[in-house]
Amino acid sequence: MYEVKSKRALNPTTKMLVVTAPDIAKVCRPGQFVVVRVNETGERIPLTIADSDTAKGLITLVFQEVGKSTKLLGSLGVGARILDVVGPLGKPTDAERKYGTVVVIGGGCGTAICYPVAKAFKAAGNYLITINGARSADLLIFRKEMEAISDEMYETTDDGTCGIHGFVTTVLGDLIQKGRKIDLVFAVGPVPMMKFVSKTTEPPKIPTVVSLNSLMVDATGMCGACRVTVGGQMRFTCVDGPDFDGHLVDYNELMGRLNAYREQETVADTKWSDAHGGKK
Amino acid sequence: MAEAKQRKPPTKKIPMREQDPAKRRRNFDEVALGYSEKEALAEATKCLQCRNPKCITGCPVEVPIKEFIDLIRQKDYMGAAAKIKETNSLPAICGRVCPQETQCEQPCTYGVRNEPIAIGRLERFVADYAREHGEPIPDVPSKNGKRVAIVGSGPAGLTCAGDLIKLGYAVTIFEAFHKPGGVLIYGIPEFRLPKKIVESEVEFLEKIGVEIKFDYVIGKIKMIRDLLEKDSYDAVFIGTGAGAPVFMKIPGESLITVFSANEFLTRVNLMKAYKFPEYDTPVRIGKRVAVIGGGNVAMDAARTSLRLGANEVHIVYRRSRDEMPARHEEVVHAEEEGVQFDFLVNPVEVLGDDKGNVIGMACVKMELGEPDESGRRRPVVIPDSKFVMDVDMVIVAIGTASNPIVPTSTPGLELTQWGYITIDEKTGMTSIPGVFAGGDIVTGSATVISAMGAGKRAARGIHEYLANRL
Repeated sequence: MYEVKSKRALNPTTKMLVVTAPDIAKVCRPGQFVVVRVNETGERIPLTIADSDTAKGLITLVFQEVGKSTKLLGSLGVGARILDVVGPLGKPTDAERKYGTVVVIGGGCGTAICYPVAKAFKAAGNYLITINGARSADLLIFRKEMEAISDEMYETTDDGTCGIHGFVTTVLGDLIQKGRKIDLVFAVGPVPMMKFVSKTTEPPKIPTVVSLNSLMVDATGMCGACRVTVGGQMRFTCVDGPDFDGHLVDYNELMGRLNAYREQETVADTKWSDAHGGKK
Repeated sequence: MAEAKQRKPPTKKIPMREQDPAKRRRNFDEVALGYSEKEALAEATKCLQCRNPKCITGCPVEVPIKEFIDLIRQKDYMGAAAKIKETNSLPAICGRVCPQETQCEQPCTYGVRNEPIAIGRLERFVADYAREHGEPIPDVPSKNGKRVAIVGSGPAGLTCAGDLIKLGYAVTIFEAFHKPGGVLIYGIPEFRLPKKIVESEVEFLEKIGVEIKFDYVIGKIKMIRDLLEKDSYDAVFIGTGAGAPVFMKIPGESLITVFSANEFLTRVNLMKAYKFPEYDTPVRIGKRVAVIGGGNVAMDAARTSLRLGANEVHIVYRRSRDEMPARHEEVVHAEEEGVQFDFLVNPVEVLGDDKGNVIGMACVKMELGEPDESGRRRPVVIPDSKFVMDVDMVIVAIGTASNPIVPTSTPGLELTQWGYITIDEKTGMTSIPGVFAGGDIVTGSATVISAMGAGKRAARGIHEYLANRL
């Protein structure tokens, strides 16, 4: 079970693994995630399911190598086995219905995560606008996949090396400015990006859904590590989310909580790098 | 009354050796060391072997106490272990974590005049003896052709599985985590219940035929009804256990060094964060830790904090010592190790710096007023008593609410107003025919042994239900 069937580097720090998980592939829906534990000493890592193939019993995971655990996962070769894959967890995104015009915004690795959701919006008959953003050209991922399903696609880079020079919010702001009718915005990416997307859509009152990446341990509603304040209420990302109303999320608190283990993450990462020839 | 004068003075239980508090407060090795054979024999010899034993009436899983103690007296320790396992699948665990003082030992006839017979310690002795000396696998009846699915491998699920296997059912347990045991693995710390003991009790169940599927979250990957309708199990038992952690709903609870006891203990126990960075899961530990709550979980979190290196650990409880729900033994152990108790204190706000770290906890002092619906005197705030405790980490151990995954994914499953599953008290059956439930998902946070009792009741209920359908 949980064999790595194929592997691809999407950019220098982002990997894509296609993994055998037939029972999960059978029932997972866009927006849901899995928890993986690579080996006996491994952490439980929550990862959104980027794609699935029911017939072949496969799920696709896309992740950025940011620390020891994701580097360990990224080091697995084709044929290797992941010890545990649990899921599908979280509530699916409410994407399988018609809103009208939907803007799907992916930042960095978030683009892969919002791909199945975008696909579902499209399949439900929505007019799909996608905005794919990254720091620079070589970091843009899922460009072909997004292009294939978008009615309209924009790409942005912070340094202007590809597409529009600017942020995803530059494009989003323009669309709003031009008076385009937008019925829903769905955004996945770094917390500051989701925060500014929500700030952009708040004055024109465009419903905005964000998919949060809180720290988790059990990811089944038991530990509360993923708690987030939404509209003044404590919610658990793992069972109440991962999708929430973007206008109600306390992003600053979320960013703080994501940094809770920064010190320990550095310790683990340094140990990993030392053992792997200084490759950070 | 004349003969009373000739009686010896009241006796005490043979004491059980323990690790020295000064040493154990910094390690995760087991605190209680168990009886030697000599000690066990001496304790068992005191048993009166009553014609009408009362002890068994106090045992939720009906262990034949008189009989197993008699086998100890005959030095047939393996026989004693087999005798216990006739009704209790987890004796090495019960011998360690059951509150015997309010169960089997409470009605002990010998205990009327003396300290009761140390039934728990004897149970632990024989279970450990059997494990260490390679206990034989008992014969199980041939399969009756019926299959039962059990959701959750905690004390309720394991007990239900053990009883059903012994009745000839094929049993599959679906466990959400990567390891079996539920609260026995993620909740109760190593120093109170070594994980290898849990593993070996579970292995025994696997040897007699229980199948366990890991990483399987029922309600997500498969629904309860799927188990009956698509996978054609004949009955289902839901033992999913304690759910979402309850917070106090005071400002500052989202600070990064505020933890639920569930998170803190799961990181340390299940994910072995105390061995970081050998294990990848980290845990934070403060220099001065406040643990809010007065139950066994609070004691576990406090004692774990000490072992992770906290200089000072406080139990903060809004009532007084007498109202604490924790077992007396746990409280004593915590005190011996240096945990400080702040009674009649209630937190009102956790204070943090701009990075989200806890820098203090504002509290008010309480006094006890009239009894409330639980029968305990209600704590009332003393006016103008606010003060700030100097702490840098807070663990909230005030209980759990129902986990929503199974209830919300199972249409037709009747729930209480708090989201727990409603059952028929006699059979354990829920509002869905063929679906049974027991343990914390029915009662809310309770004890290991009450969950085991519920697992046993449901096994009986399932057996009756399926026998009637043959």
